[in-house]
Amino acid sequence: MTDWRDRVPGRGGVALIGLGVVLLAAPLVANDYLLTILILILYFAYTGQAWNIMSGFAGQLSLGHALFVGLGAYVAAALYVHFGVAPWIGLVAAVAVAAACGAGIGFLAFRFGVAGVYLAILTIAFAEFARIGFDHFAWVGGSAGFFLPVATYTRNDVWNLRGNPTMFYYVILALTAAALLLSHALLRSRLGYYWLAIREDEEAARALGIDTFRCKMAAVVISAALTSVAGVFFAFYYNNLFPEQVFHISRSIELILAPIIGGIGTLFGPVVGAVLLTGLAEGLREALDVFGFDAPGIKQVFYGICLLVVVTLLPDGVWPPLARALRLRPREGA
Amino acid sequence: MPAEIYLNVAVSGLLTGLVYGLMALGLSVIFGVVRVVNFAHGEMMTIAMYLAIVLFAAFRLDPLVMMVPIAGVLFALGYAMQAGLISPFINRPEHMQFMLLVAVAMIIVNTLLILFGPDARNVQTSYAFDSFAVGPLIVDATKVYAGGAAIVAASALFAFFRRARIGTAIRACADNYTGALVVGLDVKRLYALTFGLGAACVGAAGSMLVLLVDVTPALGPSYTLLAFVIVITGGLGSMPGALLGGVLIGFTEALAGLLFTPSAKSMFAFAILVLVLLFRPQGLLGKKVA
Repeated sequence: MTDWRDRVPGRGGVALIGLGVVLLAAPLVANDYLLTILILILYFAYTGQAWNIMSGFAGQLSLGHALFVGLGAYVAAALYVHFGVAPWIGLVAAVAVAAACGAGIGFLAFRFGVAGVYLAILTIAFAEFARIGFDHFAWVGGSAGFFLPVATYTRNDVWNLRGNPTMFYYVILALTAAALLLSHALLRSRLGYYWLAIREDEEAARALGIDTFRCKMAAVVISAALTSVAGVFFAFYYNNLFPEQVFHISRSIELILAPIIGGIGTLFGPVVGAVLLTGLAEGLREALDVFGFDAPGIKQVFYGICLLVVVTLLPDGVWPPLARALRLRPREGA
Repeated sequence: MPAEIYLNVAVSGLLTGLVYGLMALGLSVIFGVVRVVNFAHGEMMTIAMYLAIVLFAAFRLDPLVMMVPIAGVLFALGYAMQAGLISPFINRPEHMQFMLLVAVAMIIVNTLLILFGPDARNVQTSYAFDSFAVGPLIVDATKVYAGGAAIVAASALFAFFRRARIGTAIRACADNYTGALVVGLDVKRLYALTFGLGAACVGAAGSMLVLLVDVTPALGPSYTLLAFVIVITGGLGSMPGALLGGVLIGFTEALAGLLFTPSAKSMFAFAILVLVLLFRPQGLLGKKVA
């Protein structure tokens, strides 16, 4: 029997429920601009969560996750444009393709003992390979881009993901919540503990009888599959896809900033990081507008300096010290 | 197509590859000793490229002559970066080092963008259109000079690591960090020196490359990637490997540009990288990782 006190949410639980209520009610008060920013935050929180499973939990550093976003986006968009397949069905194909690619890369890398920096660069190589490949893939528009039909929608069509920002907001909110719950469940599963063991010391994990190859494969495949879902969202939200943008290394970097700044390997790190970074970018834009600086690049310089300061001062990211300060999570790693 | 064309393209690819090799040599030296992957490598090279362009535009100073002072400036930059910024990150996990250097790269690219704007710039030397004819071969003079200078610079670095006392001390740090500390080497200073030397390599390579390519601030990331591809192909940490990798990649890109569309040429470089990582992860000339 569990103690009844365990069932009552603690400070963290109350804060989380409060946050959930606020987020659910947000579209009632937020204007379109604020809603767009919230969508951006949730998008980065979601992709960060997906990346975190492979690189944070299992410790296999990937710098090429834009590959999975791009594959998801292109598969679902191509099925929709060429065959009229609804995105929720296209999603299944997108996830299958991305998971298969993840499995392929994982199989090749882990079979041959590629790890650390080498794995990171291998993942970049596959993403770059895809970028140049899609540049020459005429069926989906090549380097000229691939476009979804755009119109002004009077009513929301959730089945075909055509509608106004509010609908997209709820879709990405649901996805982010689901990813958070899934990560939570994974961390407390047998597989999750195996991942942490592999991350901390792979040799020791193997010595204890953990099938490290299979565990790492599971991490890549789950992470790739989740990331591709974000790609489907990306395609239908932005309605245009350019290989130069979707698969570019800067997209991969953008996607891992949130979990690393927030706190790699933690549950709430990606969310906190996404809020901070998107808030920082928008805040900088506003501040520069106020002071009348509008040279291209100036925002990114400040952004870079902020990143530099954060990684220098907070080696574990923002969330772990923040959680300790707020006494939300006394335990490590959660 | 006649065979001469292939030969011409192959030779010019090989010469460009030597410059690539010098750039990658810097990355390899830094990783081999400091064990940090310099994700701002290509961006540091764009600093050197803009220095060369500014010096040429303002004082008509030839980039090939300016190679030495520019390498000196980059050395100072690299030394300061390692001593001031990267040093506390030596024992932190890879992803944190990565994040730090990505931030540095972001600052460099965008500062250059603010200073010079997004337009492509180049250097028009008096010998820009000269060429040497050797039998059926016609080779651009700029490529011959650049390739030759790359060989000189790389040889100087080899000699330094083999002959100079400090070079030996740096190799000692790379072989055994704790041992180096025990015998009383100032490892922190040697690391900064190494980072400076790696930066000097990109400095020299950058001032040669302005003779061959148009420069934009956005060039940085693609050269960082190119340096990775070369260094991993040749063997991360191996100095001859970096040069061999550079030549191989330069050669492949040139031939692929001729046989297929030029825009697809870097696909072949990445294909080589993937094959090397899978079948010889330590690189062509790298030592087996224990």
